[in-house]
Amino acid sequence: MEAVIAVEGLRKVYGATVAVDGVSFEVGKGEIFGMVGPNGAGKTTTIECIEGLRKADGGKISVLGLDPQHDEKKLRKCTGLQLQQSNLPDRMRVWEALDMYSSFYESAVDWRELMSQLGLEEKRNSPFGKLSGGQKQRLFIALALLPDPQIVFLDELTTGLDPQARHAIWDLVRDVQARGKTVFLTTHFMEEAERLCDRVAILDHGKIVALDSPAGLIRGLEAEERIVFSLDGKLPSGFAESLSGEVHVEVEGQQVVVYGRNGRKNPLVGEVVNQLTQQGLAFRDLRTEQPNLEDVFLSLTGRAMRE
Amino acid sequence: MKSLMKMTWMEAKLFLREPVSAFFTLIFPLLMLLIFGSIYNSQPEGVPGGTGMISPLIPSFTAMIIGVVGLMSVTITMATYRENGILRRLRTTPVSPLVVMAAQVIVVFVMTVLGMILLMVAGKLFYHVRSEGSILCFMGGMVLSSLSFFGLGFILAGTLPNARMAQIVAMVLNYPMLILSGAAWPRELMPETVQKISAFVPLTYVVNLLRGLWNGEAWGEHLLNVGVLVVMLILGVVISVKTFRWE
Repeated sequence: MEAVIAVEGLRKVYGATVAVDGVSFEVGKGEIFGMVGPNGAGKTTTIECIEGLRKADGGKISVLGLDPQHDEKKLRKCTGLQLQQSNLPDRMRVWEALDMYSSFYESAVDWRELMSQLGLEEKRNSPFGKLSGGQKQRLFIALALLPDPQIVFLDELTTGLDPQARHAIWDLVRDVQARGKTVFLTTHFMEEAERLCDRVAILDHGKIVALDSPAGLIRGLEAEERIVFSLDGKLPSGFAESLSGEVHVEVEGQQVVVYGRNGRKNPLVGEVVNQLTQQGLAFRDLRTEQPNLEDVFLSLTGRAMRE
Repeated sequence: MKSLMKMTWMEAKLFLREPVSAFFTLIFPLLMLLIFGSIYNSQPEGVPGGTGMISPLIPSFTAMIIGVVGLMSVTITMATYRENGILRRLRTTPVSPLVVMAAQVIVVFVMTVLGMILLMVAGKLFYHVRSEGSILCFMGGMVLSSLSFFGLGFILAGTLPNARMAQIVAMVLNYPMLILSGAAWPRELMPETVQKISAFVPLTYVVNLLRGLWNGEAWGEHLLNVGVLVVMLILGVVISVKTFRWE
């Protein structure tokens, strides 16, 4: 995998607070790389050091072979940024923003095309101040894509959006990846990282506590998956023994919960359904509860993600 | 160059969409001229407060526009842009801070010129007053005064901690400045002690220079005014480039 971002031992200190404490990782070309963690974990500081907006106190950063501190101008031409807490004047219209920003680049893509691809055609003449949160973020993505960048940085892209708008933005980010671009994003939504990212670095107190694909992180977790279903009759004793591996079963009224170790060889749900069918048991409302990145965070830090 | 043109055009549209700044630059001085004009015009010439009072209103109100635009528009726009993250957003692009500042300067300068032209046209049409001197000389004085004053706005915007502070400081400085300098009110009507304070108000030098040039006096008679404004201009450029902050 060709690395487009390489960070080694990044350190950033604000007064007595160590915001980023020796962070190292690489981002491969064409992947969606996510940095997740609670507010204050050091995500934004990390992303802004990589973008050259802040000066690191220690460590090495290379973005497309450039040093963000020394080659800031060059970097601006081949990367697209969406920042937390950045804005446009309220009275600037959507098309005006795209038109003006494209004049900043020597070879910007056609903003009219971007505007329609991001679903902003109808809002063409709306002032920025009148846009909804989702529309603003779509406009920011469009602005970030104007230079036809090799890497797109998205900092807390969906914070403050409703679930529907959030899903729409996720689709857009996947589209960006499909155009062959690398995406580096930060989020404090574990679900977002899980659904969107190829690889995720979990950051806590300025340190990376885990880095892998979401599936890999979950697989590595010593957590249980749960199969929950309702049964009209009684569950035959010995049902647990008919399943392979370490499992245990709890029955509460009509509801049955089968617990199995995460990362087992045969999918637990398949075995459970097979056995239920073979033994002629009429079950309904069967669902599986998989551990997710929230559980990963909990087990790594001993704290829940959301305070 | 393309980015400077686009940004200047954009800033000009934004300026006109902001009713307050457009009003104080273009409409308010014109209204003042018409109000004062109608008062003075009812008196015969040669009488104190007569029609002879109308002509100096044009350079004075031009100075007023320069003061308001430099102190209020530039300061508040730049401070707000910084505080709201508008400059931060621009920083993510290859655009240079000089382009951002130049676009502001060009827009407020053009608006000042427009405000001045409105005053001149109204003066000529309604009261048949015009400059006793060369219009080119007057324009030259106006360019110097504007640029020195815009520099002041950038300095305030660059050094004050936030937009609210910038707004308050600009307002607090603005009104006494307009009165003490004689831009809004003939300085001769004020007590002598107050007139002495005027020496410390930068806009006084703009009023003196513009009124002099308007009355046909030579630049050579205004070395003090020109000197003060040139020093302000140099300080303004140096300090505003040094204190420019994206965030």
